[in-house]
Amino acid sequence: MALVELSFPARPVHVRTARQVAVSLARRAQVADEILDEIRLAVAEACGLALAVLRQARDDSPVAVDFDDSDGFTVEVRTGAVLPAATGAAALDVVADAAKVAAEDDEQLPAGAALAVLAEFAPVLDASTSAQGLRLRLGWPAVADLGPTGRTA
Amino acid sequence: MDLSLSSRLDGGRTVVEAVGEIDVYTAPKLREQLTELVDAGRLDIIVDMKKVEFLDSTGLGVLVGGLKRVSQHGGSLRLVCTQERILKIFRITGLTKVFAIYGDVATAVAADD
Repeated sequence: MALVELSFPARPVHVRTARQVAVSLARRAQVADEILDEIRLAVAEACGLALAVLRQARDDSPVAVDFDDSDGFTVEVRTGAVLPAATGAAALDVVADAAKVAAEDDEQLPAGAALAVLAEFAPVLDASTSAQGLRLRLGWPAVADLGPTGRTA
Repeated sequence: MDLSLSSRLDGGRTVVEAVGEIDVYTAPKLREQLTELVDAGRLDIIVDMKKVEFLDSTGLGVLVGGLKRVSQHGGSLRLVCTQERILKIFRITGLTKVFAIYGDVATAVAADD
């Protein structure tokens, strides 16, 4: 496998599919078994943020998720919606703001909770936003990259 | 796996047993159940999460909303959770300070406020 692409309408029911695909592919990408749960959760939070941003923007763009196992395991979540241009930590702030306003009822946790989970579980976390939408990139090393204590392929 | 919910009375408290996944898709079902209980005047609630296989921040949001609602009426919302991977999510988001979390239902029922 090099690259697997998934695209789905921005509806909550499909986030589960993205999670399942992520775990299935991560297993094949020699990611350590004990972090499969973390990948499952991080992908769910990234997709949830994308949905929240779209809902707030009243944008019906689909959500695209690319999975790449060529260097560890990388997941990139992308979607439309016009956002201020930013990269890195500033882009994560833009995403948090854009998703937060969507939380109209007081039951929603601040988007900061989703980002806190992402920051904890994704060793690589990068973001960019622009008038074309948002891109969240999550990455995990392969077991073989962890050194002598990691299992090798 | 979907989310299935069942509720029963135990020692004057309502125990809601959640089985399956609480995510962005199924969380509204839990919210609905909690709202119905509060509307029916059942204000002391225990959510038994021992058989929850997955919980995301949307699910956390619904639990926080439920806690707010029962608290407004002088009630309580306690959690039963034993799985480390789920407890970790509560810790990361600072919610272990907000919820009373127990290792089993009997202890949650018997606990003093």
